[in-house]
Amino acid sequence: MVPLNSYLILSGILFAIGTAGVFLRRNLITVLLSIEIMLNAVNLSFVAIGRYLGSVDGQIITFFVMTVAAAEAAVGLALVIALFRHRETLSPDAYTSLKW
Amino acid sequence: MDTIAFYIFAAIAILASLGVIGQGNPMHSVMLLIVSFGALAGLYILLQAPFTAVTQIIIYAGAIMVLFLFVVMLLNVPREEPVPLTAAGLLGPTTMKIGAVLSVVLAIEVVWGLSRLGPTWFSQDAEAAGVSSVARIGNVLFTDHAFAFEATSILILVAMVGAVVIARREH
Repeated sequence: MVPLNSYLILSGILFAIGTAGVFLRRNLITVLLSIEIMLNAVNLSFVAIGRYLGSVDGQIITFFVMTVAAAEAAVGLALVIALFRHRETLSPDAYTSLKW
Repeated sequence: MDTIAFYIFAAIAILASLGVIGQGNPMHSVMLLIVSFGALAGLYILLQAPFTAVTQIIIYAGAIMVLFLFVVMLLNVPREEPVPLTAAGLLGPTTMKIGAVLSVVLAIEVVWGLSRLGPTWFSQDAEAAGVSSVARIGNVLFTDHAFAFEATSILILVAMVGAVVIARREH
């Protein structure tokens, strides 16, 4: 059997990978993908701890996190499309001014 | 058996996630992220959460990632600048260096802290195993969390309208 610790360690490693992606990548779409990795890492700890506590709430909140992730992806990708129309690039360094 | 499956799924998830942030083609990144989500769904099944595993496949791999793929194809994004996970990428601008260091520190902290605790085992009795049946989830979702569920529908409506308005072409 696998203890709870292993799931939490895996979740922490995935979250760190997501964080590294947000900082290292110069591409808005990949930054959004890294955020999805981080959300999934958190989901994994929710489900693992819910299983440990014998409670169903961990899966319920995972369900809500997925819903929020869907909304975030829709709005975020719409923003990416709008930004790409203005500047023809996806590098975050190109978007340093609030208004143009 | 469970242990072997856990380590296989964990290795797939970590390697695929590293691949997502490690290479320049956004299309390949999306594909690798789908692989990672599949491995996570396997882990949910090991945790006796089949409903969450199926939701993971249908909503994440099926819907959200297809949305990402649409945008990648729509924008026809060229490959970005050289792969950042090389030594040159890590020694790049200061912000990137700080970010990489912070995320490595985070991983080390989590691994160190959790491995100093003794192993915490899941309970094995049938009552705990049956906790995540779909019937039970639906029962709790539509009674205790009914308000959050309804609020979610408004959130999705707002996100849908917002996405349409933001991405609309201005004349």
